[in-house]
Amino acid sequence: MSDIVKMTNAPAGLEGAGFFATNLEKVVGMARKNSLWPLPFATSCCGIEFMATMGAHYDLARFGSERLSFSPRQADLLMVMGTIAKKMGPVLRQVYEQMAEPKWVLSVGACACTGGIFDTYSVLQGIDRIIPVDVYVPGCPPRPEQIIEGILKIQQLAETEQFGRRSSSRYEAMLDSYGIE
Amino acid sequence: METSSITGKVQEQFGPYIFAIENDGEFLTITVDKSKTIELIAYLYNEPALGYRFLTTLFAVHYPETAQMAMFYLLHNLEKNSRVRIKTFLSDAAPEIETLTNVFAAANWLERETYDFFGVKFTGHPNLKRILNVEDMIIHPLRKEYPLEDQMREDKKDEMFGR
Repeated sequence: MSDIVKMTNAPAGLEGAGFFATNLEKVVGMARKNSLWPLPFATSCCGIEFMATMGAHYDLARFGSERLSFSPRQADLLMVMGTIAKKMGPVLRQVYEQMAEPKWVLSVGACACTGGIFDTYSVLQGIDRIIPVDVYVPGCPPRPEQIIEGILKIQQLAETEQFGRRSSSRYEAMLDSYGIE
Repeated sequence: METSSITGKVQEQFGPYIFAIENDGEFLTITVDKSKTIELIAYLYNEPALGYRFLTTLFAVHYPETAQMAMFYLLHNLEKNSRVRIKTFLSDAAPEIETLTNVFAAANWLERETYDFFGVKFTGHPNLKRILNVEDMIIHPLRKEYPLEDQMREDKKDEMFGR
């Protein structure tokens, strides 16, 4: 069994008979990293690419994202895939605000990152105009390998995040600059 | 339907307000004065021999060179499969025309769309507000004086390409 199922490595620590001592931050980081619940906010063709990413061939579940959350209140990771029209902007923002901390945002595809080819009056020119973004995945649309690469980058962020970050004044200032809370 | 019979009836009723009746091979285009447009459409609707009782669409076209806003109404007689196009010109600075919703209820959303994209005011419309664009938009984006591109875009500036 153990040669089929790959277990994540425990962080470095002190081990003895019946005990294991390590840094709590690292344990929490390890747990968060390997159980991200993504909320797919798919509006166009990048969403189709995401379906391939979730499918058996590319199988995002390998990275601990087996369980998609369709309620923002339970999600850790907001995956924005596709063109966001200006009219959709407030909806996306509300979804982001409903997510509980800690939360991450992955912007998939040219449209979500910059507006892409839709340089026009009705399309939001990048979701980072209304919500903070952690990782950008460019492409039109990006291949599933690229989306997985983006998820792995988010995992790195989740794993190495320090405890105080979300309550720091710098983080609050960042949210303030988006006018969130 | 015999186009001559329509031409005759329309000329008889609205003679001085009709600027042109053209036949482009497919169907008639009647250019009419703004003040009689809705009356003409109601006449085409109510007159038993004409019976244009289906509104295919209505829309505006902006002509900035002549400072005009053209309004088009496409009508259809489903029984005889006959179509007619009504055309009228408004000023582009303050385009305003009577609503068609009293003749065709279907004109409601079409007029809202035309208002949204061209800023044409339909007097008497029951609910004239934006239908597709965000409500706080201050422009009417399909008017030709506005650039198509979003002016907030930064990655297309020359400095991004070393120019």
